[in-house]
Amino acid sequence: MPVNEYKPKIVAFCCNWCSYAGADLAGNNRLNYPAEVKIIRVPCSCRVNPMFILRAFQRGADGVILCGCHPGDCHYISGNYYTRRRMALLFSMLNYLGIEKERTRVEWVSAAEGAKFAETMNSFVAQVAALGENKRLEDLRCKQ
Amino acid sequence: MQRIGVFVCWCGSNIAATVDVQAVSDALGKEPGVVFSTNYQYMCSQAGQDIIKEAVKEHNLTGIVVCSCSPRMHEATFRKTAASAGINPYMVEIANIREQCSWVHKDKATGTEKAIILGKAAIAKVQLNAPLTPGESPVTKRALVIGGGIAGIQTALDIADAGFEVDIVEKKPTIGGKMAQIDKTFPTLDCAACILTPKMVDVAQNDKIRIFSYSEVEAVSGFVGSFEAKIRRKARYVKEDICTGCGACTEKCPMKKVPNEFNLGMDNRTAIYIPFAQAVPKVATIDPNYCLMLKNGKCGLCSRVCTAGAIDYKQQDEIIEEKYGAIVAATGYNPISLDKFDEFAYNQSPDVITSLEFERLTNAAGPTAGIMLRPSDHEHPHTIVFVQCVGSRCDKCAEKGKEYCSKICCMYTAKHAMLTRDKYPDTEVYVFYIDVRTPGKSFDEFYRRAVEEYGVHYIKGMVGKIVPEGKKLKVQASDLFANKQLHIDADLVVLAAAIEPDKSARSIATMLTASMDTNDFFTEAHPKLRPVESPTAGVFLSGCCQGPKDIPETVAQASAAASKVIGLLSKDKLTGNPCVAHSDEMMCNGCSSCANVCAYGAITYVDKEFRMPDRTTAVRRVAQVNEAVCQGCGACTVACPSGAMDLKGFANKQIMAEVDAICR
Repeated sequence: MPVNEYKPKIVAFCCNWCSYAGADLAGNNRLNYPAEVKIIRVPCSCRVNPMFILRAFQRGADGVILCGCHPGDCHYISGNYYTRRRMALLFSMLNYLGIEKERTRVEWVSAAEGAKFAETMNSFVAQVAALGENKRLEDLRCKQ
Repeated sequence: MQRIGVFVCWCGSNIAATVDVQAVSDALGKEPGVVFSTNYQYMCSQAGQDIIKEAVKEHNLTGIVVCSCSPRMHEATFRKTAASAGINPYMVEIANIREQCSWVHKDKATGTEKAIILGKAAIAKVQLNAPLTPGESPVTKRALVIGGGIAGIQTALDIADAGFEVDIVEKKPTIGGKMAQIDKTFPTLDCAACILTPKMVDVAQNDKIRIFSYSEVEAVSGFVGSFEAKIRRKARYVKEDICTGCGACTEKCPMKKVPNEFNLGMDNRTAIYIPFAQAVPKVATIDPNYCLMLKNGKCGLCSRVCTAGAIDYKQQDEIIEEKYGAIVAATGYNPISLDKFDEFAYNQSPDVITSLEFERLTNAAGPTAGIMLRPSDHEHPHTIVFVQCVGSRCDKCAEKGKEYCSKICCMYTAKHAMLTRDKYPDTEVYVFYIDVRTPGKSFDEFYRRAVEEYGVHYIKGMVGKIVPEGKKLKVQASDLFANKQLHIDADLVVLAAAIEPDKSARSIATMLTASMDTNDFFTEAHPKLRPVESPTAGVFLSGCCQGPKDIPETVAQASAAASKVIGLLSKDKLTGNPCVAHSDEMMCNGCSSCANVCAYGAITYVDKEFRMPDRTTAVRRVAQVNEAVCQGCGACTVACPSGAMDLKGFANKQIMAEVDAICR
């Protein structure tokens, strides 16, 4: 692996009941995915405020992915439906602002889909890496 | 500023093989707020936990970060450790450096780097953690069962057996529900009354169970453990405690032309009536719409013949207010109205009947005393056509009927066909079906017996039109296998009408803040794992109010709901999840956005007085979260436009601190 290869910063929000467990399963099955992915645990994907995603981009994240239970399987009945609508709005707004929509993604990963989690992360990291660094929303004043 | 201790676990070699644990504990030790940092082979072991406890004492720690396996594995363990060391269990955060780091990365340098970042994020979060205490609420040790069919009966009996008090509220004058109207039950063909009525008697004789028949729930407030219900006991103009159920009044009542709803209007009853011989409670009820005394003030025969003196024409509705710890919805089902199905001539001919009407026709206690006679001319029918899926599995665009399969019709139609051929072998029986669905113990054998042993003609295809002509019903249908049109002259047509939730279900769901699906069936808390609980804590589901079910399934679900209720009532206090939503009253503007997204109905609004800067007081509407009901999903926190709503344990600031730490 070349030393100076570009490595994107990826924030992954995972719901506690499905996707976080799916990520754990990927670990149990030793399915590799890039270390650039850092997971933040939230009770439900609907806990993710669009503000958190903007904050991540502002602080220099190159991609943000949101994982929740499959539609209809939400632990909190309807949380992931809220997520789906909210993120559709946010992502189209980001796209309008010039943040490529490939930098964001919502994916449904169940607690049984360790392989899907790893595949998703591999493809998402490759997708973001192809775009290069996020410079448009990064706030340089936040750089220490 | 917190005083944080960091504990990095090796997990044998599980973590230590791909993560340099020493480097991690050194790096994290330099983070602001961290006063102690160490690593150990197995943090979850007794020795590891002792290290944490000693460090808490020695360094006066206020927060703990454990870099170890998934919080799903050992968060509870380390929270207990923290509690036994004297700090709040919710001051512990776990950095998942096993499942989500060491196990998925091979390179030690990247693994170590990632572990340090995950540790930093956990430290950033724990900096903002606040001690949380789960709320406690008392439990009223009494259950309310809404609906007195077989589902409600079974639930009530099971709860009462465990020693808790139960009230059954039934809107009809007797409990028993649909099962009391059914003749025989599939696939064993045992008589429904023989197995149901002893249970009804058990209910009546159980001193833990109160039956509020001819009553309806009017309002429910409160939450899990302490619901308050208002029950309206409709005036039956008969003193329930005095009436002996002798029936003398029903014999003398001059108003004999009241359609008998128990026999689905196929015969008549009197204005003062006992629905059926085995009714529980066996008490007469006066129908105020038909009683001459109540309508015109002239008659009073029943009060003269009643030797017990139970008749009271001046009786008023009575409101009962009672507290309950748990509520079970067992509101049941009804066949759909067939008004929109003109092609089957249900409203044109009395000889086109529904399957439930057919049950009454074959029942020994029914209008024909069990002898099969067609309603129009009381002659014995020689050709009977059964039509399945009337209103079930309908196309969405058809604007009539239901999209779902009613589940029970295939089996009861096979039963009807078989019983008819058994009693009257000279009768030709045709069954038109889309599919025959017989999953269930001994179900398919039962259906095959109807075809093979009893010679029932099963024809795949739908009936297009039924035209009454003289004494016959002309049935036009298609036979899909033979690919031809069929014309049958039938004497009786039986429609397997789809079943739908009882009309009262929606208003009851609204009262209970329980959610419903598009078909007005109650939704479960989880379709697979919590099938007898409603998403609203303390509300449970029993029987067909949750979806179409046959009797064994209903009884199974009823007992399951009862066991959930017993589990709840056997607690003295309920401890909640402390990670619940919380509204900042100073920021809330009472806009209702949060309540609109709350699936649990945990948010209510109160008018509160606030002191303004100019020393006046103003009253504002603000949101209040009921901590016993909130499940802590956080949907409301995002919906809140003013940022007043936040989630304890996963606060906006905490998650943003994690984001910052990861992106640093």
